[in-house]
Amino acid sequence: MTVRYEPWDKARGAEIIAEHAGLEGATLVILHALQEAFGYVPEPAIPMVAEALNLSRAEVHGVFTFYHDFRKQPAGRHVLKLCRAEACQAAGGDALAARAEAKLGVSLGSTTADQRVTLEPIYCLGLCATAPSAMLDGRLVGRLDEARIDALVAEAQR
Amino acid sequence: MTVRIYVPRDAAAVAVGADDVALAFAQAAAARGAAIEIVRNGSRGLCWLEPMVELATAQGRIAFGPVAPADVPSLLDAMVGSGQHALRLGVTDEIPWLKRQTRLTFVRCGVVDPRSVDDYRAHGGYRGLERALTLTSDQILADVITSGLRGRGGAGFPTGIKWKTVAQAQADRKYIVCNADEGDSGTFADRMIMEGDPFVVIEGMTIAGITVGATKGYIYIRSEYPHAVEAMNAAIVAARRAGFLGKQIGGAKHEFDLEVRVGAGAYVCGEETSLLESLEGRRGIVRAKPPLPAHKGLFGRPSVINNVLSFAAIPFILDNGAKAYADFGMGRSRGTLPIQLAGNIRHGGLFETAFGVTLGELVDEIGGGTFTGRSVRAVQVGGPLGAYFPRALFDTPFDYEAFAARDGLIGHGGIVVFDDTVDMVKQARFAMEFCAIESCGKCTPCRIGSTRGVETINKIINGERVAENLAVIEDLCNTMKFGSLCALGGFTPYPVMSALKHFREDFGPAPARLQAAE
Repeated sequence: MTVRYEPWDKARGAEIIAEHAGLEGATLVILHALQEAFGYVPEPAIPMVAEALNLSRAEVHGVFTFYHDFRKQPAGRHVLKLCRAEACQAAGGDALAARAEAKLGVSLGSTTADQRVTLEPIYCLGLCATAPSAMLDGRLVGRLDEARIDALVAEAQR
Repeated sequence: MTVRIYVPRDAAAVAVGADDVALAFAQAAAARGAAIEIVRNGSRGLCWLEPMVELATAQGRIAFGPVAPADVPSLLDAMVGSGQHALRLGVTDEIPWLKRQTRLTFVRCGVVDPRSVDDYRAHGGYRGLERALTLTSDQILADVITSGLRGRGGAGFPTGIKWKTVAQAQADRKYIVCNADEGDSGTFADRMIMEGDPFVVIEGMTIAGITVGATKGYIYIRSEYPHAVEAMNAAIVAARRAGFLGKQIGGAKHEFDLEVRVGAGAYVCGEETSLLESLEGRRGIVRAKPPLPAHKGLFGRPSVINNVLSFAAIPFILDNGAKAYADFGMGRSRGTLPIQLAGNIRHGGLFETAFGVTLGELVDEIGGGTFTGRSVRAVQVGGPLGAYFPRALFDTPFDYEAFAARDGLIGHGGIVVFDDTVDMVKQARFAMEFCAIESCGKCTPCRIGSTRGVETINKIINGERVAENLAVIEDLCNTMKFGSLCALGGFTPYPVMSALKHFREDFGPAPARLQAAE
């Protein structure tokens, strides 16, 4: 499942912002909505959000950069998130993360040169009794072992 | 006759193939023209048996698991035929692991259809709210206080006292905020109840709303839980449609409505004041207290902010009375705690039981030791900010005070089991690393201390002046513990110091390494 995003478009961005601007404390809601549409939060959107919410550009930039979820640029075609928290560590997650890094030739937190796969750490998917776990483009996978992580990596590379 | 089959929709079941199993049932049934009804329930919490499928029979529900899609054709034959199958686990309610529990909060989780208000009501749902609507605010507060319920998020503050403070505050608006930013590794009870019995959370928040005079509630769910977000949103729509949210709750004069807000990957937002900042649309920077959120909370208004499990405990208390809840437990820890058994464990999952059960019973008897079959060396209780306990402390009972007396904390009730391959100095370093990644940056002990902590532990790992650097770590931990603004910096010393205290041998240097260093 490849997620298809719209290319950045100012009018579309304005429409998304206007849709949520009336909510109490709307900044995160808007940033999420922008990222859902475009795959990242395009830089030109930041001053637009600020204006719509009567905030300074710095305030919105501050919110955008505080949270791990928001992206400055598009991710790879597939995003593979590996849980790196304690329960998954206890179940052998360290070795599996190293294996995925070696197979993809990138370290956690980066994207392959061909822009196919972004490999990211995630701190807990709440699947701690079926650990280690991962998420590939929003799909959860638990009870990872070498065969399953290899299959996930191969799927992400397709 | 239509055969009713339950296939969990819980994220932990889905992660091990429950959606494929549900699809396989639909296909197998279509292929043989069998009439089946598939209910996507929550999880019963026996995670090692997921996907655990159930069949409704006159004798009660029969469980089968763990089921793979390839098992489905033969399973369907067994279900419409003799009932015998290699994966048959027997009557679900008679499974010892379940039977041994005291399920008050999770009584419906895995039993009901989480999308159906009718099913919720058929299983005792909304009786707590119905009774609350006949009581005054003071009477409800008395019930919650008498129940002895303490905040299940980790701090253990008496819920009734918090509510009373908000009820007495004067303001034009008040808010109910549900903290569903369950970021602790080894915990998943909030996720499970939101996916498996979302109406109990809604009911608990609604009771809070009518008690303190709040008309609006927010549920702040972490973005790592998309299934829980979907389940809560669907339940809110259903509750509104059934008249349990909106202008006239249950036909009475009270107004209350709910909205889900999604976090954005910041662990610190599980801290209540940081969560409020985030809900207001700002960076999740911790606020100094006072003022307490009960006086000046969301948008500066008096706010009840409780964990998911605290709200989810309320309907039982209102329905069955404060005493029925307080009769369970020990000391000042009353009622039940949904405990989560996780990590390297044979029988992991959700085990709700009265306070007082010991760590050893949970890990060895109920959890069955490690999944790898090796011996248990350490368990971390209470998430990334919780202490590591060695076997020598397995007699510690689950009780807020008993854990505190042993320099630990219950936190959100998660237990992560490690076998004897664990390297405790690495776990101590991870605690500091995690704090460094997730620190909001407001206070120096947390922001700088965590980074210095990682550097210093790296020196210890490299065998550099180990004794001196261990002294630095102890000093640093003291500074963080007493100087940090919130629990992130303040509790990170728990895993670090407990690892050092109980597993000193891992902090080397091994004699060979010492020689090499010289």
